[in-house]
Amino acid sequence: MKIKILMDEKAIARALARIAHEILERNKGTDGLVILGIPTRGYELARRLKAVIDAIENSDVPLGAVDATLYRDDVGIKKTQPTLKKMDIPVSIDDKKVIMVDDVLFTGRTIRAAMNALMDFGRPLSIQLAVLVDRGHRELPIKADYVGKNIPTSLKEGVKVKLLETDGSCEVVVEPLKEVDKK
Amino acid sequence: MTARLKHKDLLGLETLEREEIELILSTAESFREVSERDIKKVPTLRGRTVINLFYEASTRTRTSFEIAAKRMSADAVNISVSTSSVVKGETLRDTAKNLEAMKPDCIVIRHASAGTPHLIAKSVACSVINAGDGAHEHPSQALLDMLTVKEKLGSIDGIKLAIIGDIAHSRVARSNIYGFSKLGAKVVVAGPATMIPPGIEKLGCAATFSADEAISGADVVMMLRIQLERQDESFFPTAREYSRLYGLDNLKLARAKKDVIILHPGPINRGVEISSEVADGQYSVILNQVTNGVAVRMALFYLLLGASKEEVKK
Amino acid sequence: MLRLVIKGGRVIDLAGSIDGLYNIYIMGGRIASVKAVDKDISATELVAGEGLEVIDATGLLVTPGLIDAHTHLREPGYEYKETIAGGAVSAAVGGFTTIMCMANTKPVNDNESVTRFMLKKAESAVVNVLPIGAVTVGLKGERLTEMAELKEAGCAAFSDDGMPVASSSVMRRALEYANALGMVVITHAEDTKLAGAGVMNEGEVSTKLGLKGIPSTAEDIAVARDILLAELTRARLHVAHVSTRGAVEIIRNAKKRGVKVTCEATPHHLTLTHLAVEGYGTNAKMNPPLRSEDDVSALIEGLADGTIDCIATDHAPQSVIEKDVEFDRAANGVVGLETAFSLVYALVEKGLITLQAAIAAMTINVARTFNLDKGSLKVGSSADIAIFDLKALWIVEPSLLKSKSKNTPFGGMNLKGRVEKTIVNGKVVYDANKQR
Repeated sequence: MKIKILMDEKAIARALARIAHEILERNKGTDGLVILGIPTRGYELARRLKAVIDAIENSDVPLGAVDATLYRDDVGIKKTQPTLKKMDIPVSIDDKKVIMVDDVLFTGRTIRAAMNALMDFGRPLSIQLAVLVDRGHRELPIKADYVGKNIPTSLKEGVKVKLLETDGSCEVVVEPLKEVDKK
Repeated sequence: MTARLKHKDLLGLETLEREEIELILSTAESFREVSERDIKKVPTLRGRTVINLFYEASTRTRTSFEIAAKRMSADAVNISVSTSSVVKGETLRDTAKNLEAMKPDCIVIRHASAGTPHLIAKSVACSVINAGDGAHEHPSQALLDMLTVKEKLGSIDGIKLAIIGDIAHSRVARSNIYGFSKLGAKVVVAGPATMIPPGIEKLGCAATFSADEAISGADVVMMLRIQLERQDESFFPTAREYSRLYGLDNLKLARAKKDVIILHPGPINRGVEISSEVADGQYSVILNQVTNGVAVRMALFYLLLGASKEEVKK
Repeated sequence: MLRLVIKGGRVIDLAGSIDGLYNIYIMGGRIASVKAVDKDISATELVAGEGLEVIDATGLLVTPGLIDAHTHLREPGYEYKETIAGGAVSAAVGGFTTIMCMANTKPVNDNESVTRFMLKKAESAVVNVLPIGAVTVGLKGERLTEMAELKEAGCAAFSDDGMPVASSSVMRRALEYANALGMVVITHAEDTKLAGAGVMNEGEVSTKLGLKGIPSTAEDIAVARDILLAELTRARLHVAHVSTRGAVEIIRNAKKRGVKVTCEATPHHLTLTHLAVEGYGTNAKMNPPLRSEDDVSALIEGLADGTIDCIATDHAPQSVIEKDVEFDRAANGVVGLETAFSLVYALVEKGLITLQAAIAAMTINVARTFNLDKGSLKVGSSADIAIFDLKALWIVEPSLLKSKSKNTPFGGMNLKGRVEKTIVNGKVVYDANKQR
């Protein structure tokens, strides 16, 4: 099995730093900003992003988690239902600029579900999407506002973001897909 | 992640493994949050149909299942049946096939005769949830009790649970004995000798005739509802004597751990199995039980209906 | 006159103390002679032909036709469950040549017109059918039936089976009165107050299943009472479907004292325990209920030591409308005629009882208990014979049962030993090889 390492720990940190600056630039600071990660790895990345932003701006941007599971369009189709994760909206998102964070942007279906979930909690001023990796193959008209790295992939490959907190290492890898890993 | 239930139905906790119970409880913990939102509804089970088939009146349980289904966006249909199939001259297979023709994804059954959900489950392809069958099991009640205890104490492993009352006729007791003991709790049941059925220990508990003994050092005390009609069958002489020996008052409660939790499946006979000051006191979490009931039932619907039926054992 | 020869089989006839290879000659529906194969050289030259039928029983077991002292044929009144003719076919499949049928029909067999109706129907049945008359009018346990007239009409015994005679006084009178007529009273021994609303044996399984239990003591008390009454009246008492260790011990003890008591056990009580109720299958619901492992052991011991005289099926057909319902509401009873021999033979295979004891309990012991001129192969007796292939394996498929009702708890069970042919009055009424 061939595993290609596409980003190492340093590359991930650099990408997050750049995204942080882009977010601050586009939103003119942290005013009205809420960062919501999609569990599990999206939340970890959101946590890091918040840390970077807070360090730059000396701020305390609200951080939360938005679990899209209950809004997925494949409930009842997959053999096992996905495990429910944390839904944690720490502040009202009405009229806020929500930065949604995920690890890999692929078909766009998770982001669709996450946006629907968010809408049940209020009416944000805007939703912006930040991802560490965009691997292409979109099935819905969804586009990321901030991308760590564009990685063109084949559908026979899987992209895995590994983080210290969840996987014990910190890197982005591309590997041939095993049946069980198909997303 | 292969977390899922191993059977298409939830008929009792006896047949569930510890991991399955833990999965239901952790899923229910996530669902508690949904009920706290302004919009208390998720689209997960849109287009699914749940039939609540109640052969026994039970507003509380039926409403809880109905709300749970609706918060998951499933359509819930309530069917109340006052007669058994025998009276109608219909076989259970006829009943099952008729229900199946309505294409439900899940049938929730409450029946006064033990085993009826099991018999119906054999004849239908959809999921069946036992909402209480005779004196056999009431798994969703036990799960909500466990969720409540987990919420309050953090863990079930190693705690002492005392179940007091009419054990013989109680499905709540049986399901809780299975559930709590599988999660590592020590379960002691207590009641009049006439209401402790033979071999109850085999289910995973100790038995005593002394309420004091059961309550001593307990982290959780569960009071069962006593049916006053049982006096007429000589199960106990009078409500007065029953209350004196097995009713929970502050004196008996003093033997339990300091932060004891009191559970009751409701509705309460105030002054009989539980004194008013205890029922309303700081320890009682009876209303938490109601909230957790909805979360547990949402979790059950999610876990039973959220996966494709293929490869799930019948 | 038709001649039938059954040759070369292993013949067991406990009335005649026969166990070996014999040829059986039948003429005019009666046993003409029974000759040891090695002393019957002419037999090898026998050829089937004009007026002579030859059954080659080599490798097979030949016994007197089985007798069942306890069946429910449901006619008159419940013909949708079973009929006399249909029940007789089911009996023939099971190797039975004589069956006694209980009185709990509609109307109850408590007067000679019902008895005569039954016997009229029985004339065209493939096996011998002997009605059992009710002990009390309408099985109500209050007034005695006209037992003398019932006997004259053809009743072979008396029983209120299904409804225990609750009053000790009525039971005493019944025993006295029947005894004077030379008749046996069969008791369905159950303290119904103690049994209450129970639907299965009381014990850890009923506790687990949340079903109301019937303590075995409900049977023991009633058996003890009826034995004491038999002792008081010096009358003959037969205890139906013994199912508990307590009852076996009480009967064993009574027999030692010289009380004129006999009893029977069913193949299902000898085979299954209350664990069969798990899953709430209503075909495991019967009265008395399936008991504990210990009770089953006691029954087998009782059968082995002669405390239990007879094996009887308590064949109780019930339709789906009685059985495919809530367990609490389901009717009691199982069909048993077609599985009885194989289930009993399983006990023989396990070494729990001898083949001889098994056959005695299904033939001569039943005949002796009820003074029937049946159950033996003695010369001149009617040629009622069963032929078994003890090596044959088969699987119980409920839909293939000949009984109108299919309520067997043994569906899917692998059994060994199967009826090959059943012969009544010299005529083959069942032949396994001619079944489709």
